[in-house]
Amino acid sequence: MAKFNLKINGETHRLDVDPTTPMLWVLRDHLNLQGTKYGCGVAACGACTVHLNGYAVRSCQLPVSTVKDQEITTIEGLSANGDHPVQQAWLEHDVAQCGYCQAGQIMNAVSLLKLNPNPTDEDIESAMSGNICRCATYLRIKAAIKTAAPK
Amino acid sequence: MKNDTTTQSRRTFLKATALTGGGMILGIHWLSGATTTPAASGLDLVKDTYVFNGHIKITSDNIIQIMSQNPEFGQNVKTSLPMIVAEELDADWKNVIVEQAPFDLKLYTRQFAGGSQSVKTTWKALRTAGATARQMLREATAQFWNVPLEEVTTKAGVLYHSKSEKSVTYGEMAAKAAEIPVPKDVKLKEIKDFNIVRSPRKNVEGINIVTGKPLFGLDYRQKDMLIAMVERPPAFGLKLKSYDAKAVLKMPGIKKVFTIQVFPEKYERQIFDTRTFNELVVVVGKTTWEVMNARKKLKVEWQPITTSIECVHTFSSERDETIPAGLESTDNHYLKMVERSAQPATELRKDGDPETAFKNAAQIIERTYTAPFLAHNMMEPINCFALVTDTEAFFAAPLQAPEYAEKTLATRLGLPLEKIEIQMTRMGGGFGRRAYAHYMVEAALISQQAKAPIKLIYTREDDMTYGIYRPSYTATYRAALDADKNLIAFHVKGGGVPEHPIAADRFPASAVDHYLAEGWEIPSNITIGAFRAPRSNFNAAAEQSFLDELAAAMGKDPIEFRLQLLQRAKDNPVGKHDNYDPDRYAGVLKLVREKSGWGKPENAQKSRGVAAYFCHNSYAAHVIDLTMKDGEPVVENVYSAIDCGIVINLDAATNMVEGAVIDGIGNAMYGALTLKDGIPQQNNFNQYRMIRHHEAPKKVDVHFVQNDIDPTGLGEPPFPPVFAALANALYKATGKRFYTQPFSAELERRQGD
Repeated sequence: MAKFNLKINGETHRLDVDPTTPMLWVLRDHLNLQGTKYGCGVAACGACTVHLNGYAVRSCQLPVSTVKDQEITTIEGLSANGDHPVQQAWLEHDVAQCGYCQAGQIMNAVSLLKLNPNPTDEDIESAMSGNICRCATYLRIKAAIKTAAPK
Repeated sequence: MKNDTTTQSRRTFLKATALTGGGMILGIHWLSGATTTPAASGLDLVKDTYVFNGHIKITSDNIIQIMSQNPEFGQNVKTSLPMIVAEELDADWKNVIVEQAPFDLKLYTRQFAGGSQSVKTTWKALRTAGATARQMLREATAQFWNVPLEEVTTKAGVLYHSKSEKSVTYGEMAAKAAEIPVPKDVKLKEIKDFNIVRSPRKNVEGINIVTGKPLFGLDYRQKDMLIAMVERPPAFGLKLKSYDAKAVLKMPGIKKVFTIQVFPEKYERQIFDTRTFNELVVVVGKTTWEVMNARKKLKVEWQPITTSIECVHTFSSERDETIPAGLESTDNHYLKMVERSAQPATELRKDGDPETAFKNAAQIIERTYTAPFLAHNMMEPINCFALVTDTEAFFAAPLQAPEYAEKTLATRLGLPLEKIEIQMTRMGGGFGRRAYAHYMVEAALISQQAKAPIKLIYTREDDMTYGIYRPSYTATYRAALDADKNLIAFHVKGGGVPEHPIAADRFPASAVDHYLAEGWEIPSNITIGAFRAPRSNFNAAAEQSFLDELAAAMGKDPIEFRLQLLQRAKDNPVGKHDNYDPDRYAGVLKLVREKSGWGKPENAQKSRGVAAYFCHNSYAAHVIDLTMKDGEPVVENVYSAIDCGIVINLDAATNMVEGAVIDGIGNAMYGALTLKDGIPQQNNFNQYRMIRHHEAPKKVDVHFVQNDIDPTGLGEPPFPPVFAALANALYKATGKRFYTQPFSAELERRQGD
């Protein structure tokens, strides 16, 4: 066990935890932030995507000991009331079916738009190909990203 | 197919009772949005919640609470079922809040997600519930204003009396209306008057999904809850011999290690009691990561199973199922299927004299289609929360079939049904997998033994390698043509490991004079279960590919060929004909022909394939256009035509068809769970190929047949024909037919040739 000060969604959290614990399980089990989802544990599905210093990472492959003073943002911290343009675009296109993967999709999409504010279809497909949607809402995800892009 | 405009008999769930104390839940003062005041209406200001029936509560501050009775796994029933209630209630959708109903068979019927039947089977009951509450509101208002009932009208949650220009909200009348005796035989709306049903409405859970609220089973927590994982044999055909937990128990956070027996000896399985491994080693600890790590230190010895027979009850019968010993492999399954298909099979349907017709045929076309096991791979892995004591049991779980789960849990725990409480969480996908509640039994036994609230979690690897797969199937189709290339006989002989897929009365049965359908099965210890459109998902792939090849051999357009067969089935059906409606079947083909511009000169150069299918009471047809790029197909456009009767929520229904199309392309191209010596060869998404963003079609153009038929279901029907539309388009693009799934493996093999 080891003590960590973690900056998550703008707040500092102190916790005593096995240093090898992936951030995914720190968020879910220790901090009760359930929005970040477990899908595969091997960075092959994208359900656990969070932001590290503003950019998408797979939290299942991010040991808590490596985070140090870097800022983590989860879906709960993306906006106060779901009013981030990407979240709003998701609602406008009524993207979700089961909804389980969507937090990871949204976090990945926000990161994509930060790096590439005006992505082409190919850019979106390529940047989002690490995020599986088993209900296959891919076309709506793409449409929502295009809607959110200019905002 | 008529619409029901009368109500069903009076049911206990329509009994009106008033419940106090709930009116404040939203903290919205009722005056803020109301158009009439208590002074004007003469009502007391009582902020109570009034229960009209199991579906509807109305607060005095005019909030309409509608309970959604069925489990939600992405089919959007949490929005569409309340829309049906709200329609007949004539509520203002803006004032509706939806809650997940409890699992309670005294209040609801068929709380089941499966068979594409959530809307179909609740349609009448939900309409009746809404119409009954509306009638009670009108009666109470008529009495209150002292006017004739016929003169009290409603619109968007407000009651009107036009002669006296009075109006009052549902909320204001709720207290009085809930006291009205429940009326019988209420009149339902005319379909033409619908204004909520048939319009697009946003997912009521949308904001909670995009903000990451804890909606799913895996998100459920209770104080002092422990995490449990189970270790099971690494291969089908093995069972526990012994284990050593010394090292595990030394690991941080670990509380207990023990074994459980899922079912006792000689247990008679009910329909959804499939379980793959009966004895499991359980590791219980404080946190997920600790349990995951500790589990790796378990030392377990496994031993081969011996052949056994289990009694299994199905919906309609009971049978003995043989579970053979041995370590099975996909290669061996395929060899065995070839051998077995050459031997006699069970006759499932026979019309005319197919033997003679084939003997006299001028030409016989014979093709064999094969498909692997498929894993469901819901994004949310299997999990269940359980808190079991000596006297009662509570569960919170993502599950499709609570009614069956509850009975099994009660039997296994020796508790009465009323002592089992199941909270249905939102499911991160289901696709059939979560009908099989073995994981709830496991969680129950773990909680019982650990004497603690526990959450059982399957890792992705556990989830993918446990079994309950879509079976592996094969089918040989034969067609006999006369000298004029007329189809005179049709023969399908299908089998699988461990069940056959054949639905003998489906199209083209009744459309061909001489017809034979046969099935055979190879027993296996690989466990199988329902997977989005069970059996149909293979049959459509095979049959609709075969019809395409047959049409080509006959020199006919593939759509025209199918329409001719359907016309025959309509005008002069052969043998028993109660399975499909030729007009509705033809309807989706004609619609997709029109919308895709089929046969138009501008589309002549496109590599396009068509397929259609009927299953789960609805009809679907797709046209797929694709191009080849670097040896991989790129699906450009998909045109879909669906007849599922009345569409409740157009945008959500479109979303579901888009998803079914992409899911179909994904499974057809990449889906495969293979085995070697009993060991699944794929255990996570880095090995099991799922369709991803860049492999999805560029566009899916969804059209619904416009009719006033009561809803017939949508989750499954669009899925099966996708496989064949893709195979037929691939043929156009490559000049080769695709007989073996997954098609990407077939493409690779050919490129290697």
